[in-house]
Amino acid sequence: MHLVQQILFIILGGAAIYLFAKKVGSIRRNINLGRDEKINDNAGQRWKNVFLLALGQKKMFKRPVPALLHLAVYAGFIIINIEILEIFLDGILGKHRLFAPLIGGLYPVLIGCFEILAALVLISCVIFLVRRNILKVRRLSMQELKGWPKEDANLILITEIILMSLFLTMNTADLVLQSRHIEHYTQTASFWISGNFTGMFTGLSDGALIGIERGCWWLHIIGVFAFLNYLPYSKHFHIILAFPNAYYTRLIPQGEMDNMKDIQNEVLYMMQPELAPAVTGDQAGHHRFGAKDVMDLSWKNLMDAYSCTECGRCTAVCPANLTGKKLSPRKIMMDTRDRLEEVGKNVDKNKAFADDGKSLVHDYITVEELRACTTCQACVEACPVGIEPLSIINQLRRYLVMEESNAPQEWNLMSGNIENNMAPWKFSPDDRDAWAQEMSSS
Amino acid sequence: MIRSMSEYAANGEQPEVLFWVGCAGSFDQRAQKITKAFATILDKVGVKFAILGKEEMCTGDPARRAGNEFLFQMMAYNNIQTLNGYGIKKIVTACPHCFNVLKNEYPELGGSYEVIHHTTFLQQLINDGRVRLKEGGAFKGKKITYHDSCYLGRGNNIYEAPREVLLALDVELVEMKRCRTNGMCCGAGGAQMFKEEEAGTTRVNFERSAEALDTGATLIAANCPFCTTMLTDGVKNKEKEDDVKVMDIAEMVAASLAE
Repeated sequence: MHLVQQILFIILGGAAIYLFAKKVGSIRRNINLGRDEKINDNAGQRWKNVFLLALGQKKMFKRPVPALLHLAVYAGFIIINIEILEIFLDGILGKHRLFAPLIGGLYPVLIGCFEILAALVLISCVIFLVRRNILKVRRLSMQELKGWPKEDANLILITEIILMSLFLTMNTADLVLQSRHIEHYTQTASFWISGNFTGMFTGLSDGALIGIERGCWWLHIIGVFAFLNYLPYSKHFHIILAFPNAYYTRLIPQGEMDNMKDIQNEVLYMMQPELAPAVTGDQAGHHRFGAKDVMDLSWKNLMDAYSCTECGRCTAVCPANLTGKKLSPRKIMMDTRDRLEEVGKNVDKNKAFADDGKSLVHDYITVEELRACTTCQACVEACPVGIEPLSIINQLRRYLVMEESNAPQEWNLMSGNIENNMAPWKFSPDDRDAWAQEMSSS
Repeated sequence: MIRSMSEYAANGEQPEVLFWVGCAGSFDQRAQKITKAFATILDKVGVKFAILGKEEMCTGDPARRAGNEFLFQMMAYNNIQTLNGYGIKKIVTACPHCFNVLKNEYPELGGSYEVIHHTTFLQQLINDGRVRLKEGGAFKGKKITYHDSCYLGRGNNIYEAPREVLLALDVELVEMKRCRTNGMCCGAGGAQMFKEEEAGTTRVNFERSAEALDTGATLIAANCPFCTTMLTDGVKNKEKEDDVKVMDIAEMVAASLAE
């Protein structure tokens, strides 16, 4: 019997890890479909960001209530993983509570801590469900979350509630079995939370209790394996990518826009033709200015998309969104991920990307959304894991203007004025210092 | 009284600092008042400054943010040629958009200067005792709120210098709900100043101005000519223009200089 359980466990665990690794590999491949961008400077500051933003959740605390609830779930997740390690080793080795004899009196304290965290996770997830579905907090019930994103969020919360309930029920049954000195059930002191609920089970037979304990143990670990494989398909993948994303986030001032070296050189050679390199026969093929589709974005933009957990802190502070415009920075990230997934499947099927007549611009993100951005950087500032929706918006705008000449008439006038009058308005350049002359003559 | 860089060069002189006026400060009637106020302060306290005058051009900021990189690069090339030609080392500007481009975006194109926003410059002049303020000036004890511009605040992490200048004027500073890193945009950035807003429920500047009015302040202090325009329009929209003024910090300092 034990051997059967062991073999089953090893097959299940192996399959879960294999499938997870395979999916992570395909996400990695998708991210690498993006434009190359070298980010390897200033490792010290980058590690600091990993500790402050990802590990320390610094930016989460701009909103203290959800921050505390999130901290409970996050701490629970990280620390309960130590218990998962024991469960995992028990499963492979066919043992029960492997760590108990090793650490003696410390064991019930450790499990007690896990139980408190499990209870906090459970309570927090219930509150999160209430916030999403009953209180309907604005940023958690907006248009772009209709359908799958909302289901995704609820599914994550419900799964966590179930997993934590299974863990606590398992421990309760275990304690009763221990009190009856059933074989294999290692004796420990009582656990802090489940110890209060043993009364629920005292009426049950040994067989029924073993059934409950084993059932919970198996459902819990199967649930964990299933959740692991659900992650890469879900917004919840942020629990992994938050760390590398915080490492690679921008360090230069938020106000600074990326330079376009090729255009800088083009202008330079136009102004100083003597600097232009000799034209060679094999001119590079069509080069696109700005970004039309996900492959034109940098790999960091694409990692941003997979790191986004759709919390909407960006959209909640976006001045365009707050005043009823269609732009939502969160939707920019969600669209980028959706399009990238589609492109990834296309590449899987055709070995290389085969034109599907679609693009990120127009088919996913509309011109109206892009035009509404004031480049105020509030979205970038708000993101707890260092995602930059503005970077994507800027690149898509560059494509629209430089490749499609797609600009509102007022912007064309503005550009014409800058070109001809050296100012965005139609004033004579000769009047630029008129104010100074007025001052001197008065 | 105000000398251009070409005049300095003709005399073989270098100014202490170049005052980069910007397009709004040069041409916009409201912003010209800010320019004049700042020039008056510099002149009164004896800062040897120059302007580029007719040689100054748009930095290219709105073109770049709209997506027109070619035009931005053209403007940047020409401006850097002019600035480097005069051997400019230090620039002060009253526009946070010009400030951001000159400070962060020109170095990669070959134009590296020490660039200071006018509110930081004023704070330094006050700290150094070069700017001396009237005892019990016009703003003493007045309830004033301060609007962080995006490109000075979030864009470049400058939140304290403008507030210190306001405190030096003895104002009662009341913060808006969204301030500093959470400050809300006036609606003009990203070349929005030059086009109509997209359809929505309200305008960005109306929303921000309403928040400023909610503080009960009688004066909204700004650090950007575009914010000043947007907030002034927002205050007008609420028909509060007789009770609540929008002023640039330079104008407030100019009105408070000791004789």
